[in-house]
Amino acid sequence: MTHAGYIIAGWSVGLGTLALYGWSLIRRGRNLSRQVPSDRRRWMTSDD
Amino acid sequence: MIRDSLLVAGKDLRIEWRARVLTNQVAPFTLLIVVLFGFALDANPGTLRDTAPGLFWVAVLLVTMLAVQRAAAIETADAAQQRMLLSDLDPGAVFLGKMAALVVQLLALEVLLAAAVLVLFDVSVREPALMVVAAIVATVGIAAAGTLYGALAVGLGVRETLLPILLLPTLAPVLIGATRTFGDAFDRVAADGWAWLGLLGVFAVLYCVIGTLAYGVLLEET
Amino acid sequence: MSATAPAESAVENTGSRSTRVLGAIIAVGTPLLLLLAFVWSPEDDVMQDAVRLLYIHVPVAILTYVAFSLTAVGSVAYLWKGSRWWDTVAHSAAEVGVVFCGLTLVTGSIWGRPTWNTWWEWGDVRLVTTLVLFLVYVGYLAFRRVPADPGVRARRAAIIGIIGALQIPIVRYSVQWWENSTLHQQGSLTDGKLENLTLFTWFIGQVVLGAIFLWLLVHRFRVAWLEDEIDTHGLVDALEERRAEAMVGVDEAVGGPVDGRIPSDGGQS
Repeated sequence: MTHAGYIIAGWSVGLGTLALYGWSLIRRGRNLSRQVPSDRRRWMTSDD
Repeated sequence: MIRDSLLVAGKDLRIEWRARVLTNQVAPFTLLIVVLFGFALDANPGTLRDTAPGLFWVAVLLVTMLAVQRAAAIETADAAQQRMLLSDLDPGAVFLGKMAALVVQLLALEVLLAAAVLVLFDVSVREPALMVVAAIVATVGIAAAGTLYGALAVGLGVRETLLPILLLPTLAPVLIGATRTFGDAFDRVAADGWAWLGLLGVFAVLYCVIGTLAYGVLLEET
Repeated sequence: MSATAPAESAVENTGSRSTRVLGAIIAVGTPLLLLLAFVWSPEDDVMQDAVRLLYIHVPVAILTYVAFSLTAVGSVAYLWKGSRWWDTVAHSAAEVGVVFCGLTLVTGSIWGRPTWNTWWEWGDVRLVTTLVLFLVYVGYLAFRRVPADPGVRARRAAIIGIIGALQIPIVRYSVQWWENSTLHQQGSLTDGKLENLTLFTWFIGQVVLGAIFLWLLVHRFRVAWLEDEIDTHGLVDALEERRAEAMVGVDEAVGGPVDGRIPSDGGQS
């Protein structure tokens, strides 16, 4: 494969950043959820 | 509406004139920038002449930051904004007035800056008319965007640091356009300066319109 | 307190059925996309294998513009209807958009190095425009972090969000005239010369990254919503909690003297 280094670097930066960002969002969501009563988390009502 | 604008502009300019911050601090600062550019670029006459249009407008943007901060500070002091609201002036007129005051101040500083650049960087002007018109149109655009973002950042604790990051990317097209136009006027680059004036004009008109409309929304809240 | 007690057992995160469905699509789609992009799709005649970078770069770039448009729509809707929901949409879309915009720049730069032989090309319109956009929305996010009255901040942020979208064409045209050149492929994905598998891979990339985008957006929206809840009701909740703790404390304190420990302590000292 030509330019293998560039291709792998590009994909890992891309997917890696998205994964890190997603993970940080989940963590933030967990921490914040604990501080808010469930009746004010509106998406919870549609969920069982 | 025009009368209201002139009233506001006159008020801002009078306050600014009495405070003398512009003449005592901002004007020396503009000269300082020119000297710093000279040091940074190794006092090479060729380089300085080639980059003079860009250096001029970067200096204008830096000075704009200070001038907008000043204008916003006037608004915050002594609850001036609330009084403006009570005075029953049209918000659009207030915006245009504040913008006009800023245009006058910036143009005064630009005259000084241009003199410094022409003398210290040894630049000769091929088309003075183009230079003057471009400076006025670009300054209207800068002042319109500056007044609008100044109002957006007013009353927030972090105004000094917030304003540059909001305003400078917005002014990127003006920097490009004005630099090209000056390059043409100074005969440094082969660009059609008069065509670039169109872009500067569109920018100025757009921000004047947005500002006039948005200022009402901004004044309401306080 | 009794109302919140059963909630403690409920899931304490920002997930829901819809995000789990999206998550499943992503979990299946990502390996498929990687296989398509790295193994099954052919190399390009000109770009050779560097074309494989475009399967992430192009979808991400398109989604950047989707995100910033969403910010503008949310901002307009907020000023029009004054609903907090739209303000939160604008805010979340801007943050996800900045992440995607940054990735567009980075993946584009990595692609440009082998293809154009340079990391950065000032003469390229889309490159410079995207960089300016990135800075504009970083400013927007910085503004959203400023401590201020939520209503004031939302209103001003909406104005900034609208201006941000309005200046996209101006920035674009200024940069275009500035250098009057572009290295970018002009509509390379639509000129019909592409192999079917290349097009299909791009399509799958768009779907998978679109799912990732939506997943991030939904979670970001819920995080913003929770932050807002804490901003507006947090003090009340905290006070209630404290009061409840205090009541428990009083009960213990009242119970204390009954077993006679406090008087005996006092006697010792």
